Amino acid sequence: MRYKSQKVAYWFFALSMLLLTLQLVYGFIMGFAHMGYDNLHSFIPFNTARAVHTNLLVVWLLSGFMGAAYYIIPEEAENELVSVKLAYVQLISLAVVGVIAIIGYHFNYWEGRKFLEIPRPLDYLVVVNVLTFLGLILVTLFMGKKRTTTSLVLSMGLLFAALLYLPGMIWFDNQTMDSFFRWWVVHLWVEGVWELIMGGILAYLLIKITGVDREVIEKWLYVIVGLTFISGVLGTGHHYYYIGTPKYWLIIGGIFSALEPLAFLGMALFAVAMYRKGEKRHPNKIALSWTLGTSIISFVGAGLLGMAHTLPSVNMYTHGTLVTAMHGHLAFWGAYGMIVLAIISYTLPNLTGRKRYDNVNGVLAFWLSNIGMIGMTAAFAAAGVAQVYMERIMGVDFGDVQKEIQVHFLVLVLCATLFSVGIGLFIYEFVKYGLPNDEALEINEND
Amino acid sequence: MLSKGQARAFFLGGTAVTFAVFLGLSWNSLSTKVPKQTHAENITPQVIRGKHLWESNNCMGCHTIMGEGAYYAPELTKVVERRGDNYIKAALMSKTPWSPRGRKMVAYGFSEEEANDLVAFFTWIGNTDLNGFPAKPKYKTTQNF
Repeated sequence: MRYKSQKVAYWFFALSMLLLTLQLVYGFIMGFAHMGYDNLHSFIPFNTARAVHTNLLVVWLLSGFMGAAYYIIPEEAENELVSVKLAYVQLISLAVVGVIAIIGYHFNYWEGRKFLEIPRPLDYLVVVNVLTFLGLILVTLFMGKKRTTTSLVLSMGLLFAALLYLPGMIWFDNQTMDSFFRWWVVHLWVEGVWELIMGGILAYLLIKITGVDREVIEKWLYVIVGLTFISGVLGTGHHYYYIGTPKYWLIIGGIFSALEPLAFLGMALFAVAMYRKGEKRHPNKIALSWTLGTSIISFVGAGLLGMAHTLPSVNMYTHGTLVTAMHGHLAFWGAYGMIVLAIISYTLPNLTGRKRYDNVNGVLAFWLSNIGMIGMTAAFAAAGVAQVYMERIMGVDFGDVQKEIQVHFLVLVLCATLFSVGIGLFIYEFVKYGLPNDEALEINEND
Repeated sequence: MLSKGQARAFFLGGTAVTFAVFLGLSWNSLSTKVPKQTHAENITPQVIRGKHLWESNNCMGCHTIMGEGAYYAPELTKVVERRGDNYIKAALMSKTPWSPRGRKMVAYGFSEEEANDLVAFFTWIGNTDLNGFPAKPKYKTTQNF
């Protein structure tokens, strides 16, 4: 840690870990409900658990991205954050909005649009919150001594993410139009600008961990984010196959979304190549595992498993089935969950001055969570493929099919338990590191 | 070998071109084609009230419509064709959780008017042209009522 104001990142990471824990709880509620044990139905019906589960995901990832930006931008720009107080106000308001939204979901207070369930009045608070965050980051960057490619790509991703939230706030009477713009937020976030954020954080980590020349890493960062946008923007078309939009989206969406894995493949090759090229052997091996892990698992989860059901002829049968949940879980985990855990693993020793990275808990956290998530993905795949054949091809009734595939949710819950043990160990280590402190400012030899 | 400047030009140029094409196609879709394909002229105030109910109760948190939503309860795009108005209204107006084969739905206890609004919404959705979705099963259906 080189700047005192970087300490604010710690609290965003702490909020992130808290929300992740809650997300897991609601995931279990849904897993059990799918197995037939919906004992909590009167208090937490499935639609509440689902909205809480997905919204907590979005907020813990955003909180992680914000923490990453508060850590990375001062260092890259060589400038203290312009206002630490305002950053804390932003943190608290983010937590308050999140808590109100989540409580509201238990009392039928929501908007009922997948991923964008936050009710409209709270949307305005989100906008104010994000504007404050962006203001702090951008002013710090532009008043700083340096504007590196890494910091520009990261800031651009965050700025576009904020702008793209707005189309999701427009009301349409027509469900198709509503859905059309909802994907401008959801798709263009996760298969567009969030990849810029991921690329920016990944580039920063690779520069620090591998010691490869910044110019080389940043050149390839441009190529990767270029591939992301070229494939991902028109790849939005894979959401426009079957929602009342013209047929040309079948061709455009099919072609460009088939190209989307290229960006993730690029990311994986880039990370591995830089690691092999680098001569620096950073002692924080746990951060290295998460950094290489995110680039590889994102390629499998987002790239390959996305590709598996993105072609229109396949998607006609898989659209709206558990096959989507299979892809969704490994994609979000690999691309975004793991990059947040990577930046946390890298920054914690620097923020706290404690070098606990040579530690069996950290290694176990990495392997258990990944093996657990891969097992969960396999369980979703079995359930999803069985559902597609029984319901969509054989014509068996939805409810009968759900009974037949209950057993896969037992496997899902078991693997989710393994995953949760891994996450539990990660959070245990997070707590054991202790709080950030100014003494850590002097320990810079490896950061 | 590729220089950093060329890589930047690839990123900025590629982004600008694909965004421009995307915006053009979106405009083309939304201005004329979507209203025609979805029979926008049939979106009556009753259908709009139904959409409000659909959203304010987060029906998408369990069901899918046009294949979008959650995977806990049945796809509802063609529900009117599949089940008929009366079955749907019974489920919507039930004061106890509707639970076909054990899986519970929230007991909304909607009024008759609200149930009619939702049925109007489903009827409109069921008549939109979704490029063939949902596909008809290849084999015989075994629907249980």
